[in-house]
Amino acid sequence: MSDFDWVYTEKVKDHFINPRNVMEDEGAFAPDGRGVVGNIKCGDQMLMAIKVKDDTITDCKWKTYGCASAIASTSMLSEMVKGMSLEKAYSIKPPDIVKELGALPEHKIHCSVLGDRALRAAIEDYYTKSGQEDKILREKAVVVCQCMNVTDKDIERAVRDGAHTFEELQYRTKISTVCGQCRGKAEELLHEYVHLFGD
Amino acid sequence: MKKKSVYLDYNATTPLHPRVKEEMIAGFELYANPSSLHEPARRARNQIERVRQLVASFLDASPEEIIFTGGGSESNNTVLKMLSCPGCTVDCMWREGQEIITTAIEHPSVINTVQYLQSIGRTVHVLPVDRYGTVDMDAFRAVLSERTGLVSVMLANNEIGTIEDVKSIAALAHERGALVHTDAVQAIGRIPVSVKNLDVDYLSFSGHKFYGPKGVGVLYGRLTKPFCTFIHGGHQEQGRRAGTTNTLGIIGLGKALELVREEMGETMARVRVLRDKLKEGITRLVPDVKLNGHPADCLPNTLNVSFTGAEGEAILLYLDLEGIAVSTGSACSSGSLEPSHVLLATGVGPELAHGSIRFSLGRETTDEEIDYVLAVVPGVIERVRKMSTVYSRSCT
Repeated sequence: MSDFDWVYTEKVKDHFINPRNVMEDEGAFAPDGRGVVGNIKCGDQMLMAIKVKDDTITDCKWKTYGCASAIASTSMLSEMVKGMSLEKAYSIKPPDIVKELGALPEHKIHCSVLGDRALRAAIEDYYTKSGQEDKILREKAVVVCQCMNVTDKDIERAVRDGAHTFEELQYRTKISTVCGQCRGKAEELLHEYVHLFGD
Repeated sequence: MKKKSVYLDYNATTPLHPRVKEEMIAGFELYANPSSLHEPARRARNQIERVRQLVASFLDASPEEIIFTGGGSESNNTVLKMLSCPGCTVDCMWREGQEIITTAIEHPSVINTVQYLQSIGRTVHVLPVDRYGTVDMDAFRAVLSERTGLVSVMLANNEIGTIEDVKSIAALAHERGALVHTDAVQAIGRIPVSVKNLDVDYLSFSGHKFYGPKGVGVLYGRLTKPFCTFIHGGHQEQGRRAGTTNTLGIIGLGKALELVREEMGETMARVRVLRDKLKEGITRLVPDVKLNGHPADCLPNTLNVSFTGAEGEAILLYLDLEGIAVSTGSACSSGSLEPSHVLLATGVGPELAHGSIRFSLGRETTDEEIDYVLAVVPGVIERVRKMSTVYSRSCT
């Protein structure tokens, strides 16, 4: 089948057709950490759950209400993090997932954002449960966008990664894509971080 | 189970009828510009005028009221933008202070055009619909006034198939002296359409929804009503639509319409049975589904279903892998974050709008194909739901 037959790469298609590590029974999996992000209003929500031993992710399972890209990118992510140290997994960003997948259609890249955010939430859940709150980087982060759970730290990270306009910020974080109430505050912070970190 | 190729997206477009294709292949010989004076041009012109008469008689109109356009979107733009015309002739539609009334479930070629009109200062009223997608007549009466210039309401909805009572809407609008337009793109070839019966002043349709070619459409404009030209240029279509006449497209559209006359009754009776079988099968085999659209006043070929807890684009692509072509109201398919405006207008929440699938049947749909779809769909939905964060059945 040629590329023209499918809007996604063969690897994305493979992960879509045969998604890895889908969680069918959470009770049986008994995760050490779990995180849910996203909003059904936007059409996607993600759950990630991890098992941890010696600060290493030994197993990872997930569920999603999402499109083909969300399914494929989360399946990919769940494979990537098995055997990975918590510290390394904690720093995974969407481009890392997209890189593993080969490519995603331009307008679909935002679909891979949820996976890494759900993973971070799961790791933070684990840190909290195991009394290692000090490792949580976003401890002091303030939620700016309630709908998409985007913090000031997320905005800072997005700007450091190259987002300079509000559209670029939305593209990376999905901030202010639901009710839009946080737009003013988000633009203020964007301006501030671009001033601090932008080139 | 052997993989089949099943096309259930006839509301998006239809394949050419084999007899339309034959007629068009012969039509390639009519290369001359129909506006020229010589014999080859006259031969092309004769064909165009023959089709114009055919379209007129099909719609219960007269040939001078039929304008050939580049499709449904152009026909809709032509009518609506008469209200942005700054006063082109004595017949110009625009009068200071005139308002536009339309509905929340129109095709983008109407919605986005009235939004443009709003941006240049026109007053637009968008009518709500009930849970079946039927226009709220009380809301219509409430905004209808002497200021109403144009009322534009679609005859049948493309996503959910609901048929609107355009006849009653036109009667009320005319009492107030307003002009009435209907977008009949999805209706032609599926239900009988007569401008006399509907009593509308303008009507749009497109060739490719009833087994004709793409890129050709019709605008009916009542002779006694205003008309402002949208595409200026040559004198084609009596100066109402410039551009070298699309002989081949018009020939194809004409043949397709002729075949609608011959075959629509039989085709739609058969399609309705198949659609009902699909509807019954899905509701029986798949738990937690919601049927969208009007249960009775609905196009006979359209079935729109929301699957709780399952995202539409994922469903669509899994069905595609099984050879089944459908469409979805999910935001993911549109490239925006908003799901179907039609479903949201019927009061369906965002989750069910994201999880909607439209099956639209046509003349080539077979009983065997519906059996195949019914064998595939339950498994696909189960698969998507197993991955879903928002679907968990208590009994499993």
